[in-house]
Order: sequence, then C-alpha cells, then structure tokens
Amino acid sequence: MAHEPDAAHDEHAHHPTAKTYLWTALFLTIVTIVEISAYYIKPWEQSAIYVPSMIFMSAVKFGVVCAVYMHLKYDHKLFRNLFVGPLMIALVTCVGLLFLFGKVGINLGITG
Amino acid sequence: MSATALEPTTTGHAEHGHHHTSTGLDNRKIAIWAFIGSECMLFVSLISTYLIYKGKSRVGPYPHEAWTDPATGETFKAILNIPVTSFSTFVLLMSSLAMVLAHNAVVNRHVKRTTFFSRLEGNSFFWLVSTALLGIVFLMCQAYEFTAFVNEGLGLTTNLFSSSFFVLTGFHGAHVTAGVLWLFTLASIDKKRGLRTDEALNVDLCALYWHFVDVVWIAIFVLLYLIK
Repeated sequence: MAHEPDAAHDEHAHHPTAKTYLWTALFLTIVTIVEISAYYIKPWEQSAIYVPSMIFMSAVKFGVVCAVYMHLKYDHKLFRNLFVGPLMIALVTCVGLLFLFGKVGINLGITG
Repeated sequence: MSATALEPTTTGHAEHGHHHTSTGLDNRKIAIWAFIGSECMLFVSLISTYLIYKGKSRVGPYPHEAWTDPATGETFKAILNIPVTSFSTFVLLMSSLAMVLAHNAVVNRHVKRTTFFSRLEGNSFFWLVSTALLGIVFLMCQAYEFTAFVNEGLGLTTNLFSSSFFVLTGFHGAHVTAGVLWLFTLASIDKKRGLRTDEALNVDLCALYWHFVDVVWIAIFVLLYLIK
C-alpha cells in the first residue's frame, strides 16, 4: 500500500520564525496603541468613523493573531474551516440579534 | 478492501507521537479546533447579550458616564478604568508572544544555540513560565477591576450592564485561569524531563487555546471598553 503523505509531518515545516513572531507582536502593540489613543482623541472619538475604525482595527488584530500565532495561514485548511465556520454562524446570529433588538438598523427612507 | 485498510493505523509513527488518521491530521488538533469553534459561539452569545443590554440600565453606575442617584443624591463616576485595562490588554498580547516562542522553542529543540539570545529563544521552560506569569498579572488586573467596581457600588445584580459585564469578563477570566493551570502543567513537565520535539503538539494545543483567549479579549476590549 502506498504510503500517503502525512499532513501532521508537515505541520511545523512552514511555521514562521521567532523574528516573524516579534514583528507581529510589534504590529499588534502599535495597533493597540492607536486604538487606545483614538479613545482619548476627542475629535476622533466623537466622529462617525470612530466605531467602524475601532471594529476594523480589532478585526485586523483578531485576524493577525489567528493567521500568524494560531498558524491558520500555514496549517491545513480543515482547521481554518473548523474555526471560521462556527465563528461566521455566531457573528451572523449576533448581527441578527442586534437588528432584532433595534441596536442597529437600516434606514430605508420609509416614513409612516 | 483489505482488513488492514479498515484498521486505524496507530503503528509506524505512533511511537513518535504521530497517529495515522483518515485525514492525515492529528485528531487532538482537530478536537481543539472544534472546541475553539464552539467557544466562539459561547463568547459571541455573551458579547451579543452585553451589546443588546447596552444603554438599557435604569440605575447606575454606568460604564462611560457619571450618574447621580436620585434617591440619595450620591454621584458615581464612570466605572470603567481604561488605563488599567489597557495595561492588562498589553500584558495579554505579550503573553501570546511568549506562548508562541515557547512552542517555537520546543519545535526547534534540535537547533544548536550558542549565543545568549539564541539560548533564551530556545528556553521553552522560560517562555512557558513567562506566559503563565503574564496570565496571572492579567488576572490580578481583573481582580483589581472587579474589586474596585464592587467598592463603587456595582455588584453582579446592580443593573443590566453589571450583570452582562461580570458574566462576560468573568467567563473570560475563568478561561485565562484554566490556561494558566495548563501552562504550569506543561512547564512542570518541561522542568522535570524536558519537552521533546515530537511532543510539540502538546504545547501547540495549549498555545491554540491561549491565543484564542487572547483574540476573545481583543474583541472584548474594543466592544466593552473603547466603544461608548
């Protein structure tokens, strides 16, 4: 019987180096500093772009940790699916609930 | 089909810690990812609850604005302490770095190290203990924050904000505590006999859990603390 390639063997073959991890930590620290600064910069904090920008920066940090530290960028795609699948279900449910309870809404321009 | 094709083959690489599976992937790693997926649902449901109840508390103290009790005339300041939480967020980020370096050290156990920094890079025990200690610092910050809240009159059942806040951050803190215990277990094994390269998966599973706890905090920090 032919010996199939074992994905577990290649598991650590393409993992990043310590240098990459340090650069990632630096990037995450800088983004966190920007987030905290935004909270204290009144014009930014009171602007319409504050919430979207905070969510965007948070999502970037989330994605970077998952991709680099959790090795989703390098590992088998089954792991990515096992993580992203439930995450998407949860996020869609969350957004649905926020719409349902009137926390977010779409202005369709319909007046009563 | 031969009988051997149906048998789960645990021979060959089993002695090195690898098991042949139908996917070619280690079942323990698939299990931890499935577990993390289910944990996503748990934390998103808790975050959703917090967001739905946000701004619906009838009595204070409130997270971002001062409140005067109409019955007593007592004024309560905004309850959230952003500087302390910013520090604890930084601590958790650094713990993730230490965790990934611990895993890296075990994976690259065979690499010859001569200089001080390369020896430090390869010292998995140091990185595992550092991660656990940073986790403890995070928990201490959380204990300080919770104590301050209670002293300022915000208990678990005071209002909708406090209930959803304490449950969410309390669950997260419980996960950090479990991670710290897991890290100390690995560190004690490493100290006793040294973790071998073929045992890197044991560290990898703990690392995945720890990084998940970190990414949950990334979301909590922005949604609870920084967005008013």
